Amino acid sequence: MAFKITTSGDSAINVVLSDSISDEASKLVRAAVDAIDKANIPGVKELVPTFCSVMVCYDPVQIGHALLVSQISKQLESLSLGEEGTRRIFEIPVCYGDEFGEDIGTVMAHSGLSEQEVIELHSGHDYLINMLGFLPGFAYLGGLDERLHTPRLDVPRTSIPAGSVGIGGAQTGIYPLASPGGWQLIGRTPLRPYDADRDEPILYAAGDYLRFVSITRSEYDRIAAEIEAGTYRCTVIEEGPVS
Amino acid sequence: MALYVSKPGIMATIQDEGRWGYLGSGFSPSGAMDQRARRRANALLGNPEDAAVLEFCMMGPTLLFTRDSFFALTGGDFGATLDGAPIAMNRTIPVRSGQTLALGQARKGMYGYLAVMGGFNVPVVMGSRSTNMKVGIGGHEGRALKKDDLLWAFDQIPGYKPGIAARDFGSDDEFYQFGKPVVEVRVIMGPQTELFTQAGIDAFLGGEFEMTAQSDRMGARLEGPEVGTVNGSDIISDGIALGAVQIPNHGKPIIMLADRQTTGGYAKIATVASVDIPKLVQCKPGTKIRFKEISVEQAQDLVRAETLERHVPADVKQQLASL
Repeated sequence: MAFKITTSGDSAINVVLSDSISDEASKLVRAAVDAIDKANIPGVKELVPTFCSVMVCYDPVQIGHALLVSQISKQLESLSLGEEGTRRIFEIPVCYGDEFGEDIGTVMAHSGLSEQEVIELHSGHDYLINMLGFLPGFAYLGGLDERLHTPRLDVPRTSIPAGSVGIGGAQTGIYPLASPGGWQLIGRTPLRPYDADRDEPILYAAGDYLRFVSITRSEYDRIAAEIEAGTYRCTVIEEGPVS
Repeated sequence: MALYVSKPGIMATIQDEGRWGYLGSGFSPSGAMDQRARRRANALLGNPEDAAVLEFCMMGPTLLFTRDSFFALTGGDFGATLDGAPIAMNRTIPVRSGQTLALGQARKGMYGYLAVMGGFNVPVVMGSRSTNMKVGIGGHEGRALKKDDLLWAFDQIPGYKPGIAARDFGSDDEFYQFGKPVVEVRVIMGPQTELFTQAGIDAFLGGEFEMTAQSDRMGARLEGPEVGTVNGSDIISDGIALGAVQIPNHGKPIIMLADRQTTGGYAKIATVASVDIPKLVQCKPGTKIRFKEISVEQAQDLVRAETLERHVPADVKQQLASL
């Protein structure tokens, strides 16, 4: 695996694996994260995977810069991106349109597609999570169909409810918590991508896939009630390598 | 033991070492801006090093103690009084039930710290007691203090020994360089120094910068000579370490601090040495700052020296010195 290591002060380094954003780059990042995790290097505190690199945060009292760089290099030099392993796909139920997706008309007008076609295109694709960032649990997703690319709102909204699903330019994603934002809202999920009281506060990680599933308003209300009661389990599909 | 908040001050929040383990999910680490001051306050009381303290900014709160206890104040000097009588910083102070601790405006520094015996007792959320105000979690109800809040502290801690009331760390003015015409902040170059012009790098390392009032827990915004890039500052978003010196396209440094975003798309010319973060965050608006380049090895030696210093108590050091 080709990589470059840069210095981010006395307590972090960056392992740079690519110079452009792609699903391929994200797979390299995921493989590097797995390899560094597995190596269990003393002093390594935390890994921050991003589009093209992994930031490795460490405690310089436990391990010095040069030793860390050489240990990580050793792990990565022998690593090759073999066949893709099992995919973890999270099903995200989304109630599209109406009051939850008040900008779906804008997406329809911009694309010339019907509401049904917009929903089918948006939910008919598994999106690779390239990175989490910007907000806690906010997933940057690769692979939105070009026909759905829609410019952001001219004037951003001051508050968008948690769970809102939107399109901003060439990107799509879910707002994990209420936040200001300029994306075109096309629907909402009753899921809580972020919940501090859960064992895993963030449902998914970089390298996982999201699959949006269209649901009705009554299904939305039912799932929301189950989540409130603590009985809902998110559907996670494990899929073998695609031949 | 509880403290009744009769005046909330500005941005008074409970903070500890920070919420580690979730950077990769987009969570700011939070935690005390001046970790050295937080640790020293805890050390004065014999608290665990990771105990949560109260941090306040520019204007401190006024608090009523409901039990006899001990407390310590570190970091910036907020002109503290106990029932109206001035009290010293950087030492252990005994307090009686019913006494009022009043903190005023910052006379020196920007962030003050109050530790109480046992540490503040707020729920641990995702491994930390630190307040993350953006998400509304941690600390006291996920927010800054308000009037009439009650802040709870652990009553007793194992290993508490009497006699600590004599502990006194003395003045920190020299460490913080309070009152110096220019504060020197050491940096390690990288991770994206190569994206800057030589003139830009020279301006960064040779020029004089000034702390602005737009600085907060997310980042310190500086004014000064323009730090120019070769081809603009936009990069593919990558991880942001504590102390990363981002230079957006306007050419003015933003140094990323406790409440920083975990990822960002501006080039970073350098990273502030960990041991100089406390000095930087205590600079008031208008303070002049110069950057000095050191190697990553030098910066790590400084971290190790400081850690050693912390873990060898002063009385042991005195004994060693007299051998």
